[in-house]
Amino acid sequence: MCLAIPGRIIELTETDPLLRAGRVSFGGIVKTVNLAFTPEAQVDDHVLVHVGFAISTIDEDEAARIFDTFEELGEFQEPLP
Amino acid sequence: MKYLDEYRDCETAKKIAAKIAESATQPWTIMEICGGQTHAIMRYGIQDLLPDGIELLHGPGCPVCVTPLGKIDAAIALARRPDVILCSFGDMLRVPGSATDLLTVRAQGADVRIVYSPLDALTVAAENPDRQIVFFAIGFETTAPPNAMAIFQAARQNLTNYSALVSQVLVPPAIEAILSHDEARVQAFLAAGHVCTITGSAEYLPIAARYHVPIAVTGFEPLDILDGILECVRQLEAGEATVRNCYARSARDDGNPTARSILETVFEPAAQTWRGIGEIPQSGLVLRAEYAQFDAEQRFGLNGGTVPEPAECIAGEVLQGRCKPTACTAFGTRCTPDSPLGAPMVSDEGACAAYYRFRRVAL
Repeated sequence: MCLAIPGRIIELTETDPLLRAGRVSFGGIVKTVNLAFTPEAQVDDHVLVHVGFAISTIDEDEAARIFDTFEELGEFQEPLP
Repeated sequence: MKYLDEYRDCETAKKIAAKIAESATQPWTIMEICGGQTHAIMRYGIQDLLPDGIELLHGPGCPVCVTPLGKIDAAIALARRPDVILCSFGDMLRVPGSATDLLTVRAQGADVRIVYSPLDALTVAAENPDRQIVFFAIGFETTAPPNAMAIFQAARQNLTNYSALVSQVLVPPAIEAILSHDEARVQAFLAAGHVCTITGSAEYLPIAARYHVPIAVTGFEPLDILDGILECVRQLEAGEATVRNCYARSARDDGNPTARSILETVFEPAAQTWRGIGEIPQSGLVLRAEYAQFDAEQRFGLNGGTVPEPAECIAGEVLQGRCKPTACTAFGTRCTPDSPLGAPMVSDEGACAAYYRFRRVAL
């Protein structure tokens, strides 16, 4: 129920702060999404969309953290020469 | 899809699982709050990746499951009125009320429409000025701002034919209710990442301190869940009990203040009955007095009060992590997704439905 799907904003269509909206692509499927809760989100940003509303803009650096951490872990786990 | 597929990577999952196995020196019991996480845990077989001593308990974070029977009955009563169009998220239609469900009354001629967003219900209201549109506004903190926004817009547009049947629930009071129970077994929590995307994590700090439980704000993909479990195990092993954000790509420490301001404009906290669990103080949201005219129960003189549950259903025990769904005598026989006795067998995110769908043993 709290499911939220990441999509990329391809166009802003409404700029009134309370009605702010845009077209968001979910792997090629495009839907109109309310962006009132993500006033910072711009075209090409990825947002997480829940029941037609973007609830956050995805932080790219934070998104990479888990891979950075565990790639390092993998390196440490390599057998020593 | 970007930001989904990479978090399902098998090799990274194995690395995190190996790290969990290496870190855990004794058994630990961890509860995931959110039904979406329960679904992912069953779907991806995450319990099987964990060392034997790490047990996952499934929490009450399925709004479909905890919406009280009285509200379901109220929705059914409203749907049967010829002047009403009842709009609802799809999951609610098969949830059993005392005597029937919304899907059945729809088949009997009631105008029940499945909407994807509360804003769709507003569109239905604008298109049907001679009908009353009731939106079944359920959900946790994640869904509360969208539901609030629809009511806020209805007020702004002076829509007189839109109202909401509200059954909003809040996570932190439910965690406290679980922890204050005498038989509480939970030693750490995966907090729900999308709830915290709205609320931030500050509300969880006093809980972690008071009950000395680690809390990891956790996402919904397999790597996110394993990462949250690893953080819980790390804290448990170190004797720490704090709140750590493992889902920072979406959840900021202060949440989403813009979404919260609409939520707080329209709703205020109140006592809430949770289906199968009972009333928990300050664990729900109701419309503020300024928006009371949009309250469907007031508009139509209904009272979604307390209605007793079927005796055989142990949903309340399952929702609080005291029983696994398979402990129920009706599981998979008298209670299935096609013919559910209780709500956790209905929603995809209900623990019973997740166990049924992804079971690996014959019934």
